[in-house]
Amino acid sequence: MSGFVPLHLALVIPLAGAVLIALFGRWPNVREAVTLATGVGLLWFVASLLPHVLAGATPGVLLVQLLPGGLSLVLRLEPLGMLFALVASGLWIVTSLYSIGYMRGHGEAHQTRFYVCFAVSICAAMGVALAGNLLTLFLFYEVLTLSTYPLVSHHGTRKAMKGARTYLGILVTTSVAFLLLAVAWTWVLAGTLDFRVGGILAGRAEDGILLALLALFVFGTGKAALMPVHRWLPAAMVAPTPVSALLHAVAVVKAGVFTIMKVVIYIFGLDLLTTTGISVWLMYAAGFTVIAGSLVAMAQDNLKRRLAYSTVSQLSYIVLGAALANTWGVVGGSMHIAMHAFGKITLFFCAGAIYVAAHKTEISDMRGLGRAMPITMAAFLIGALSVIGVPPLGGSWSKWYLALGALDAGQILFVAVLMVSSLLNIAYLVPIPIRAFFSKPADGSEPPRFREAPAFCVAALSFTALGCIVLFFLADDVYRLLVPLGGG
Amino acid sequence: MSQALQAQLPVLQVVIPLLAAPLCIILRRRSLVLPFATGVCWLTFLVSVFLLGDVLEAGVISYELGGWAAPWGIEYRVDALAAFVLVFVSGIAALVLTYAPRSLNDEIPASRHYLFCTLYLLCVTGLLGIAITGDLFNVFVFLEVSALSSYALIALGGRRQALPAAFQYLVMGTIGATFILIGIGLMYQMTGTLNMADMAERLPAVEGVRTALVAFGFLTVGIALKMALFPLHVWLPNAYAYAPSVVSAFIAATATKVSVYILLRFMFSVFGLEFSFEQLGLGRALMPLALAGIFVASTVAIFQRNVKRMLAYSSVAQIGYMVLGISFATATGLTGGIVHLFNHALIKGGLFMAMGCVMLRLHSVDLDEMAGLGRAMPWTMAAWALGGLGLIGVPATAGFISKWYLIQAALEQNSLIVAVLLLLSSLLALVYVWRVVETAFFHEPSARAREAREAPLAMLVPTWVLLGATVFFGIYTRYSAGVAEQAAEAVLRGLP
Repeated sequence: MSGFVPLHLALVIPLAGAVLIALFGRWPNVREAVTLATGVGLLWFVASLLPHVLAGATPGVLLVQLLPGGLSLVLRLEPLGMLFALVASGLWIVTSLYSIGYMRGHGEAHQTRFYVCFAVSICAAMGVALAGNLLTLFLFYEVLTLSTYPLVSHHGTRKAMKGARTYLGILVTTSVAFLLLAVAWTWVLAGTLDFRVGGILAGRAEDGILLALLALFVFGTGKAALMPVHRWLPAAMVAPTPVSALLHAVAVVKAGVFTIMKVVIYIFGLDLLTTTGISVWLMYAAGFTVIAGSLVAMAQDNLKRRLAYSTVSQLSYIVLGAALANTWGVVGGSMHIAMHAFGKITLFFCAGAIYVAAHKTEISDMRGLGRAMPITMAAFLIGALSVIGVPPLGGSWSKWYLALGALDAGQILFVAVLMVSSLLNIAYLVPIPIRAFFSKPADGSEPPRFREAPAFCVAALSFTALGCIVLFFLADDVYRLLVPLGGG
Repeated sequence: MSQALQAQLPVLQVVIPLLAAPLCIILRRRSLVLPFATGVCWLTFLVSVFLLGDVLEAGVISYELGGWAAPWGIEYRVDALAAFVLVFVSGIAALVLTYAPRSLNDEIPASRHYLFCTLYLLCVTGLLGIAITGDLFNVFVFLEVSALSSYALIALGGRRQALPAAFQYLVMGTIGATFILIGIGLMYQMTGTLNMADMAERLPAVEGVRTALVAFGFLTVGIALKMALFPLHVWLPNAYAYAPSVVSAFIAATATKVSVYILLRFMFSVFGLEFSFEQLGLGRALMPLALAGIFVASTVAIFQRNVKRMLAYSSVAQIGYMVLGISFATATGLTGGIVHLFNHALIKGGLFMAMGCVMLRLHSVDLDEMAGLGRAMPWTMAAWALGGLGLIGVPATAGFISKWYLIQAALEQNSLIVAVLLLLSSLLALVYVWRVVETAFFHEPSARAREAREAPLAMLVPTWVLLGATVFFGIYTRYSAGVAEQAAEAVLRGLP
């Protein structure tokens, strides 16, 4: 399959949506209809790209020639970006449904600004997914940071402003100080910034410099939340829950690990990393974050904060997959982008539903809540099991491949890390729904009567929970989509 | 356009505003004088665009003033760099004056508007003259024309602080001009010529003589004073902060840039790359000053309550970027420095114009008063935020293009530390820009901000044109970075 593919539509559709949402701000029903229509349109377009990728084509679009020296903004479709675009655009629709229930149920202010920024963020996420070179990726990475700032500071309270400042501060600092430097350095070393199979840096510099460059890339991508640049993620939890759900479980954080994955596969190249061994330290850094993130999560009583630290831990699975730099690792890590997205967004949806329906944010207050919110709590359990990696849920496959990758690389230690992490996940996630169903409220009062969240919310979280199960059976298709990443 | 007229373009570039200036005094009536001056500025801009077109097509234009041949008569010489500077100076002059009427009504008594126009046109004349002339003494003359008129323009500021600010600028500016004059005098004494090309040929014979070194020193310090290179910048913050809004916008966008142009001309075209940088190590002297300027001024900017003053300190820092680019003395570095002349002119001009809108409605540029202003003046503050992003150097704004070149230049020379410092400095910019953005958009409105209205379209449109241009030139760089690359190569090649 060849010919021109108008990839830029993936940017134009959400952007046009943002403009229309702003114009129709006065009529909430029309505004929300525009959001949903845009979401459906975008997903339809992204899905229509799938046959190209499966046929092995990598169509590209030159957006603009930026500098006379050959630097340009380019979009190019490839398997990893395809997966990320599908996940982000698909979950956007679900999140929009959920937002309608949440924002109205909660009577939030500035809803038009909220939906506009949301659409712009999705546009930026699409740009990250389809970026054809590092500069384009960097551009949309920054747009994503800036467009999500108003979402994080949405409540406008002192606490929200502080959290948003931490968010912006860490993300921009790392990206400007490290990532941009890495991009510029790559340009000087390789003379190109294009993503190419097999990488562009092989033979361009000594190992020491490549090692430094990899470190700059990894810590410059603050969105991947590798410790110690993870602090922005818990800080961002001051945002309304739909934001935490889509952006801080899917779009923003996945844009981070996606960047690292792209850099490893298309800038360094797997061969370069395995022959020089410059990514070994990254395995240890990721392994540390996996364990430490889980341990910190256990100590959190605020549900959203616990989920945030759980995300920190889970993101490093993907970084670990990239650092292993073999086919299993890369496929497992990339697959985890999708699997973790469905699992974690379900958990966040549940957290938001509990907040809207029962006004509870602390885990210790949630005992006995299962009677009142059985659907939500059941979905929570499914999401939790998927994050843990229990069959028949999607998360089990990505962990399986990651473990294979670790064995393949001869790093038995990291198989152990994955197992220990799963145990920790069980320890901090499973008790929440279990106690909700089988314990009585802590203050000894009667369990509350049935009172679920708004229908939009419940529908959304049921859908993503079912998605976790469906993905288990679709793993083979995802695998076939991703396996070209391993080289060949 | 007829051949004859086209041949006269270089002199028209200067003569049109020069002759129009006294005409303003004759016209005198406010309703006549402002449209007249604005028309003149646009005409000047048109001339510069034609000149740039000619230069890009046919190479350097040399014009003999009054028909006197070069070493004896005054030569006007337009190369890519000069044409580039002419275009953005005259363009911004025209745009700022188009924006000016409402702001002037508010800030300067109507009876003095004709004086404002006269001074403004003289200042434009001086700045354009500096860029176009190929004669050393002529540079000094035009420098004084622009400087004297800008002292007076700043003194027109309504507040009392404007007078000491203008006086301080006068003292410092005069010292700088005197140094430059001494330098030029010594060089004339050595070579017996004032024509730049001629002098560039004769200098190598006398380069070792101490007089040449002394001349070089006087010139460097004099120009550094004029362009507010740290630590010789002290005149700048008050001058920009207390001048009328229109004047701040125009001078901040153009005056220091033209001084940087003089530095480029003297150090590369006259003394030559080899003498200035390889023998005397000018780069090693400029680089630490540039970096120190960037960091000190950006840090000071963070603590300003007066937003115009903050922008002024930011200007000192941005001059550091330009000088840093020059100090590399490589094609990439120079391109970065030159393109930042242009990009920063757009950004800072636009930001000061947005501040003019704020001043009109709020009668204050204090950060506390601007709290919550994003609600009352969304278009103004959105424009401001856009310019702020340019200052930080966010991709897809003009500021990013400059920064990209500068980082490249640093990495090409393996000075990783400079590259890192450059990037860290943009974080300081992030802090001072974000302080304003956060205050304006996310804080509860102050009493004054609650009553404010959006600025009139007559002011908003030019502001948006300039700041829109920063996005345009952040994406389409053929006429900014492309021309700057040509100019840098020409400058590195030397004069003849």
